Amino acid sequence: MLAYIVRRLWQMLPTMLGVVVLVFVLFNWVGGDPAYILAGKMANADSIANIRRQLGVDQPYYVQLWIFIKQIVTFDFGLSWATSEPVSNIIATRLGPSLTVLVPLTVLETLIGIALALAVAFVRGSLTDRAVMIACTVGMSVSILVYIIVFQYGLAYKLGLFPVQGWDGLRYAVLPILIGLAVSLAPTLRLFRSFVLDEVGQDYVRTARAKGLSERRVMWVHVLRNAAIPILTYVMSNLPALLIGAFLLERFFGIPGIGREVILAVERSDFPVIKAITVYVAAATMVANLLTDLLYQAVDPRVKLS
Amino acid sequence: MMVHGAWRRLRADRMAMVSLGVVLAFLLMVALSASGLIVADWEDEVGVNYAPPSFVGGAAVATAPAVAQQALPDNPFDPIAEDMRALRAGGVEMYGVIDPLADDLAQLRAQAGEGGAAAAARRATLPFGGDKWGHDVIKKTIKGSETSIVVGLVAALLAVGLGTLFGALSGYCGGVVDDFFNWFYSIFTAIPSVLMILAVAAVLQQKGVLTIVLILGLTGWTGPYRLIRAEYLKHKAREYVLAADAIGASHWRKMFGHIFPNVSHVALVQMSILVVGFIKAEVILSFLGFGVPVGVVSWGSMLNEAQNELILGRWWQLTAAAVAMALLVTAFSLFTDALRDALDPKVKA
Repeated sequence: MLAYIVRRLWQMLPTMLGVVVLVFVLFNWVGGDPAYILAGKMANADSIANIRRQLGVDQPYYVQLWIFIKQIVTFDFGLSWATSEPVSNIIATRLGPSLTVLVPLTVLETLIGIALALAVAFVRGSLTDRAVMIACTVGMSVSILVYIIVFQYGLAYKLGLFPVQGWDGLRYAVLPILIGLAVSLAPTLRLFRSFVLDEVGQDYVRTARAKGLSERRVMWVHVLRNAAIPILTYVMSNLPALLIGAFLLERFFGIPGIGREVILAVERSDFPVIKAITVYVAAATMVANLLTDLLYQAVDPRVKLS
Repeated sequence: MMVHGAWRRLRADRMAMVSLGVVLAFLLMVALSASGLIVADWEDEVGVNYAPPSFVGGAAVATAPAVAQQALPDNPFDPIAEDMRALRAGGVEMYGVIDPLADDLAQLRAQAGEGGAAAAARRATLPFGGDKWGHDVIKKTIKGSETSIVVGLVAALLAVGLGTLFGALSGYCGGVVDDFFNWFYSIFTAIPSVLMILAVAAVLQQKGVLTIVLILGLTGWTGPYRLIRAEYLKHKAREYVLAADAIGASHWRKMFGHIFPNVSHVALVQMSILVVGFIKAEVILSFLGFGVPVGVVSWGSMLNEAQNELILGRWWQLTAAAVAMALLVTAFSLFTDALRDALDPKVKA
């Protein structure tokens, strides 16, 4: 087990290095000279040279890359260009609000998705099944922006059921979570249904029915345990992406989370913040993938890690 | 014949044919709009500002402009309120300096006054309402569709092209080439696509339709790459490829002359999946202001304007953009599903 984890971590290294180089090339080479962004309109040769020296941009590229790697390892990306807040501080304080929305959203989405997928699989091939699938397709085709704008206007602004904007504890997270649920349920249901339908044709399902088990037990125990693997993969691999993916909710509702921070950073050309978040989210994605593989073994004893 | 069979199955699916019809109608509309045959005059300010839809009627007309004209109430905490009032009253000492633009400004104001007089000729209602400037929302939506759909199509073409090229090289050559592209793939999939798109948008400072196409195309090739690579791995040992080898076909010819036609259905399905994804992404990018530049209209920029309009009770632009997008994306998604079913050999049995 330990040997497996160590080997997987070792295999991550080239990918992580690739991510670091990609981010470095994007921001230090394609992005142009940061001194001109920082110095702004009052640029003179002196201040530009000064900023370049402070950022280390006057050094050769390999030295700059080394500085960047040192920043990543020590969690010290210096100060935000826009607000002069330490980047590590930004990430640490924005993580809480993001997770407050994210964790309930993911748990609810997964549970409701599984329940609905199994319910739809009961009536597979029927008119209900077809109607639900078409409803999902239609629901998915409406832009997430429209959902947010309409729900925020209708439920919060017009009816006053929820706070319109702001962040002060869980009360403010309810409407964003509900909207996130409304948006994500259609694709989740479609996907989970296909996972379940992949299983119901298997021999073991026929055997379970042949020995007289109720359809309910066949679905909820036998099929679900086997469909759990692709479901787990989907949920786990989506976690880091969700951290950024909720950026529209965070922006509309003024939630001070990671996603909103990325948008603000893009608007203000605040490169250190985007660089730090990109690198760490990539690292989180890889770790999440490893955790998924470890969880497989817990869910399915047939899986051998090698 | 695979293509023939697929087309026959597709024809039999009534829903697929209806969806295809809707998609083709949209494409025709885009072609006509792009060539300037229709809605070339969308920027004409034909109606009053925020003209309501005709079927809503004139009741809203009387109130709506009145609200717009109302001055903002004085803010008691405004620190420069006193100065502003002094300025408005015209009691500002000019210290003998003559405003060099005064004449030009006066001329412009006079012209604006004439424009205002002409506005009386503007229509009070429009078929589906007007926007802030009095543009016809229907024409604006058609023009916006053009931008969004063209971006989606071209970006998907670029992404599938890149994915196919990389996947073909990777799967066909194997060895070091395969390792390299797999490494490249793992890097791009480690970064969530939303973050990737935003990072590239932050770096490429200039806004424009070409920029969005590049952002989406250069970050979206991973899906097609994985599937095309798997197909090439499967096909390169097949007999027809060995036969092509025997008659002396070059590697390039085997890759794209012989194998590609047999795996092109994968590229086609990926293409239609990506078009839908990219249209949605363009709408979000443009909404956030990282997408189309000022002066270009897309569904995203329309939704951006519509967000503030909705609070004033002007729902028509939001509805128009949302319905147009939902209609196209639904039709495209249903058609993609049907296409995948029709091309999937598993369903044939």
